[in-house]
Amino acid sequence: MIFLSPYERPLYFVIFAVAILPLVIALARGRRLQWYQSLVTLFFLYMTFGGANYKQGIAFLAYIAFQTLLCGIYAHYRKEHNANFIFYICVALSILPLIVSKILPSLAITGGNSIIGFLGISYLTFKAAQMIIELRDGLIKEYKPLRFIQFLIFFPTISAGPIDRYRRFEEDLIHPPSKEHYTKLVQKGIHEIFLGFLYNYILGHYLSQFLLPLATDLGGKYGHQFLGSLSYMYVYSLFLFFDFAGYSKFAVGFSYLMGYETPINFNKPFLSKNIKEFWNRWHMSLSFWFRDFVYMRLMMTLLHKKVFKSRVTASNVAYFALFLLMGIWHGGTWYYVAYGFYHALLICLNDAWLRFKKKHKKQIPSNKATKILATICTIHIVCFGFLIFSGYFDRFL
Amino acid sequence: MEQKMNDLVLTILEELTGTDEVRSNPDINLFEESLMDSLNVVELLVELEEQCDVNVAPSDFDKAKWSTPNMIIEQALERAA
Repeated sequence: MIFLSPYERPLYFVIFAVAILPLVIALARGRRLQWYQSLVTLFFLYMTFGGANYKQGIAFLAYIAFQTLLCGIYAHYRKEHNANFIFYICVALSILPLIVSKILPSLAITGGNSIIGFLGISYLTFKAAQMIIELRDGLIKEYKPLRFIQFLIFFPTISAGPIDRYRRFEEDLIHPPSKEHYTKLVQKGIHEIFLGFLYNYILGHYLSQFLLPLATDLGGKYGHQFLGSLSYMYVYSLFLFFDFAGYSKFAVGFSYLMGYETPINFNKPFLSKNIKEFWNRWHMSLSFWFRDFVYMRLMMTLLHKKVFKSRVTASNVAYFALFLLMGIWHGGTWYYVAYGFYHALLICLNDAWLRFKKKHKKQIPSNKATKILATICTIHIVCFGFLIFSGYFDRFL
Repeated sequence: MEQKMNDLVLTILEELTGTDEVRSNPDINLFEESLMDSLNVVELLVELEEQCDVNVAPSDFDKAKWSTPNMIIEQALERAA
């Protein structure tokens, strides 16, 4: 038996291509081979969580059982009641495994390895928590445990997203694509996978193995501190994009081939004209999740209860909540928190500028040149953010 | 009911966008014309809840289905029923 992390080696793709053949043939006839898809899913999960990783496998199984049970209990409760504190307790419980798995290693209780953590727990938490929230909102009326489990363990997105939405996934699950549409999905899927190879295997690899050490040497060995930092910033930003966007393309491509339209994660982020646009283009499934389930919900509560006199203050507070949470989600180091703080500040400034611009529409020029300038500024502001994110400044402390 | 909702929603939108264009041209795309941003969306949802007794969860807000005053009225009516 070969054990592989998702998309780790070309072999993973070969195994996938062979394994899904029956699925592809059935889908080409407009049908979904549900039992076979489950079999393939279990096989691929075993490849990732079996062998030497068996401890992660046990943690993974326990996690799925826990979340399924928790949602079941809450769905049952929600049929008759709707108390706030029960809702909050259930949300807290659903993110508790993630929090514990992040805190335990840093407390060094378990010798650096978390006993309840496993590959992808951070991403699965978004799927589990949204279930509780949408059950509460009444958007999911009937809780179907088996469908929920399929949503959680959908293996193409298990390790690093994109973060799907339950209602969207369920639609795809119940209604397989039409034959014509599936043909298009296969073409798009294969295209995505090959772009993923270019991004992740070629460009990402080249940037991290060759250019990144070069930039490090420029600052370190050769003593060009500023130039070294600057080139490290560019190279690291490009690496982050190609590595992660490539990975997301694999996941989207695999999903398409299986007849699921997993949302895309990146849409030319370096062409953004401001920070707000950047977050609509970068790691989209994550930022949309935070927008829908943190920012907007918090805003509605703040506005309902009239906590702040000004709507702008409320919005700024909600932005800080969103980005600090997002920062901490990446991990409990100071530079992830700083990264969140940096972007919260930027988006508040961005909003203030947009308000100012709206008021003084006539005095502020807007043409091709200003747009290009805005794009270049945004790229640099964003890349500096990535430099914070990379932990580069840790060495100076 | 329909007329009342129509008027309520348009009044809310007038206040949020600061223009009566929403009334004279109810098929105008509020997002493409940058009359609404995400903060306005939240305000709209809150006002709908408080003034029209229509509950919309943020994750149920699909920009594509809420982009013009007419579409917003339609969505509100659907949920009020």
